[in-house]
Amino acid sequence: MAVKVAGQAASRSGTRRKPTDQPKPAKPELIQLLTPEGERTEHPDYALELTPEEIKSLYRDLVLVRRIDFEAIALQRQGELGIWASLLGQEAAQVGSGRALGPRDMAFPTYREHGVAWCRGLDPAKLLELFRGVSHGGWDPKAHNIHLYTIVIGAQTLHATGYAMGIQRDGALGEDGEAAIVYFGDGATSQGDVNEAFIWASVTNAPVVFFCQNNQWAISEPLDRQTRIPLYQRALGFGFPGLRVDGNDVFACLAVTRQAMQAAREGQGPTLIEAFTYRMGAHTTTDDPTRYRLSAELESWKLKDPIERVKQYLIRSGMAQEDFFAAVSAEADRVGARIRKACLEMPDPDPMSMFDNIYAEPTALLATERAQLEAYLNSFVAEEVGR
Amino acid sequence: MTADRQAGPGLTGAPARLTLSKALNEGLRKAMEHDPKVLIMGEDVGKLGGVFRVTDGLQKDFGEDRVLDTPLAESGIVGTAIGLALRGYRPVCEIQFDGFVFPAFDQIVSQLAKMAYRSSGQLRLPVVVRVPCGGGIGAVEHHSESPEALFVHTPGLRVVACGDPADGYAMIQQAIRCDDPVIFFEPKRRYWDKTDVDLAGGLAAAFPIDRARTLVNGGDVTVLCYGPMVRTCVEAATAAAEDGRSLEVIDLRSLSPLDTETIFASVRRTGRCVAVHEAPVTGGLGAEIAARVSQECFYHLEAPVLRVGGYSTPYPPSRIEEHYLPDLDRVLDAVDRSFSY
Repeated sequence: MAVKVAGQAASRSGTRRKPTDQPKPAKPELIQLLTPEGERTEHPDYALELTPEEIKSLYRDLVLVRRIDFEAIALQRQGELGIWASLLGQEAAQVGSGRALGPRDMAFPTYREHGVAWCRGLDPAKLLELFRGVSHGGWDPKAHNIHLYTIVIGAQTLHATGYAMGIQRDGALGEDGEAAIVYFGDGATSQGDVNEAFIWASVTNAPVVFFCQNNQWAISEPLDRQTRIPLYQRALGFGFPGLRVDGNDVFACLAVTRQAMQAAREGQGPTLIEAFTYRMGAHTTTDDPTRYRLSAELESWKLKDPIERVKQYLIRSGMAQEDFFAAVSAEADRVGARIRKACLEMPDPDPMSMFDNIYAEPTALLATERAQLEAYLNSFVAEEVGR
Repeated sequence: MTADRQAGPGLTGAPARLTLSKALNEGLRKAMEHDPKVLIMGEDVGKLGGVFRVTDGLQKDFGEDRVLDTPLAESGIVGTAIGLALRGYRPVCEIQFDGFVFPAFDQIVSQLAKMAYRSSGQLRLPVVVRVPCGGGIGAVEHHSESPEALFVHTPGLRVVACGDPADGYAMIQQAIRCDDPVIFFEPKRRYWDKTDVDLAGGLAAAFPIDRARTLVNGGDVTVLCYGPMVRTCVEAATAAAEDGRSLEVIDLRSLSPLDTETIFASVRRTGRCVAVHEAPVTGGLGAEIAARVSQECFYHLEAPVLRVGGYSTPYPPSRIEEHYLPDLDRVLDAVDRSFSY
């Protein structure tokens, strides 16, 4: 039995150096405009002017998406959803970046971007369809300029890049131009597709923003299983700028995404944004994080909660009083109740619908199989009637 | 190596009642004890023990050098396993879900499958790629696929599927000892099924990995199945017996190469054959079986070989997967149709 000394990497071969063995690069700069305590700070490169109404509106979005998330978890626990991938802890990264998009920009999400979907105006009930198992997504990506959720890790980074290459060809660049943004996680950065997307975007100078929510965990694997350097620094090797933003700071996420998107729209090419955040919940409702991470880590991140700091800022600056917070809370309850109702009332799809939309025109084979299934199901009805 | 491990049920001679997940876990443990060159690699296989807990506790007992939590990249998992195999290791790769095997497809099909041939037999790649497969668990898309035919179509790969815990326990060890690359399918909706598993028995007595096994003897119709459909077909045989029909149920186990000897012998006796799998019938393993049985058993057949499988559609949303997946009734329906000729 290989003896493992506590606190050391089990290594005969020396292949498992811990990151602490590495020469230390300068401490990564974390772009932040609102501290965890709710203090507003300035950054020389990222000025952000927000009216009190805009700040309250950001706060409202943060609260509502967390409430939607809670409701979905409850629905899963009650057997109404097959599974749910919680965004808990990542609200600021998603709302900040989502609110930076223009209506003509295109967003390519993973399966956890419920906050981005909300900002794009997609009805959260559509998200529940996927997790309930009544569709594979089913919304029209063009209606709100948010593509379908992508479950295969990192695949959508190439789609966004290709979409951005289309923007170039359509002459849709410029001050009022379009850009694409693609979401992915720290785990996805290991995938070949993501690295290929970086290369494509770089050599084509495509108008795409790579928004990586580094939530520190790829299911059970901590960040050091994916990278030895801060993720944003990878961009340099591919030939475009990268930056790290406090992913729990909605102001900073808004400011950096706005700037990166505008640079993309104006033909300055891609940017990698690493939103440094934390997955406060399980990977999905089937996951049990107590098997692989310490609760102390979660407790330390609770102090950096993305919503609480905005609330503190609103209170301290006198922009909002208790009646505002109570109203948002009440609205959140209404949204929660509405999506619960929508979920419970969601009909199961017609079994025959499985044959739809596979090709532009139905094939003879599919028509035959469809008829076979219909006849087969009807044979049970006939049997029931016959009894 | 396991001196510090308490003798649990099954280790003292009496068979243990284990889930498929646990049986595979015990099989992997046995293989790692037997051969220090055996490695396990995949996403979340270490501390978490795999999302289905098949590798539970192995990293703790064998160390991080032998049970590797890899970066999240399936092509990398299989590609580096090939490199490790070139250095004499026997990697067992876990692909977390069937739908995620495709990023590794190039490494499996173009590299893993062909290395022995390309090197004129000088190189062997004893790599096992474990793939939890199939539907019926209410999952979201890409988590219910049955891609076995794609690998069966690839010369150079052995493709096997286990159907129950006892078989899983032995087959995973046999796959690891095999000098060829093995794609090892595990029916994920059967992970929690239990049977008795003889943990004390050696591999020498185990049923050969490349042979099909007759699970139910019968004379009226041969039902061929594997993986998740094994239990379904055994249950169908029980139901059919109540109606006076005698089904012979054969668990194929090895999908490539196919044990045609066992298949043909059965069909020549029964004169009827139904091939059952979850994967779409179009271009599926049932098509291969139908062609070979038609050719070799033509004068014994009372009816054409019938196939029961998924429709020629993508795997549907889980709320209607019961209509896509073959079940007991669809197997019996095919049996009935087989008698209508």
